[in-house]
Amino acid sequence: MAETPRTKLPKDAKKGEIIEIKTLLPHVMETGFRKDASGNTIPRKIINKFTCEFNGKPVFSVDLEAAIAANPFLQFTARVDESGTFKFTWIDDDGTVTTAEDKITVS
Amino acid sequence: MQSLSRREMLALGAGGAVLLVTLGDAAPALATPAEAAAAIDKFTAGKTAEQGKITIELPEIAENGNTIPLSVSVDHPMTPDNYVSEILVVTDGNPRPGVALFHFTPMSGRALAATRIRLASTENVIVIAKTNDGRLFTVQKQVKVTIGGCGG
Repeated sequence: MAETPRTKLPKDAKKGEIIEIKTLLPHVMETGFRKDASGNTIPRKIINKFTCEFNGKPVFSVDLEAAIAANPFLQFTARVDESGTFKFTWIDDDGTVTTAEDKITVS
Repeated sequence: MQSLSRREMLALGAGGAVLLVTLGDAAPALATPAEAAAAIDKFTAGKTAEQGKITIELPEIAENGNTIPLSVSVDHPMTPDNYVSEILVVTDGNPRPGVALFHFTPMSGRALAATRIRLASTENVIVIAKTNDGRLFTVQKQVKVTIGGCGG
């Protein structure tokens, strides 16, 4: 089930400013290496891809592996030259796509 | 593709054997430094990375291997014709060497990324950065882990 992601970035910025972005998606990030009580391997289920776009242009993306902790947290930066919308996308092993959007006003 | 020397063939064979053992074993075997090296080689296409330019923030000692804060940054310009395009993070003691591959663009502003990682045991975290013109930088740091974070 897709959970609600959390994102944090400034509401407004100056043109050319480098802003800090933090994102978190509640997710088990099951490694596929663990076993349940009866000794069966618990199948892998992780977020394997995260992307961040600004006004449709790629800013930052990550290929995640099982070594990323549960509830994958990501912090990165973006340079903003115009007002617009950040779009964040998380892709699960099972194909579930979770997205979030945040607007920023650049003066 | 260059032809491989006998020595390289032997090394590949050994790496393949390790992979088979890892896949075949019911309990996940830990990645070996050889697997980490193979992952790095794939990223660098066999070129040697220069030491330095990268800052890794990781605790010296982690009590809980399940969630360890990691921050990587590269002291490099981020202009349209000269920027850090990728940062690879691998370990030499987890069940799989890969941790994350960060992709940057000039719009990233800085070659900086932070996340939280899992480490199975006391091991090295190796970070390699690649620039858009193919230059490579690397730094590694050891973390002492009290309780491993990969289950099993």
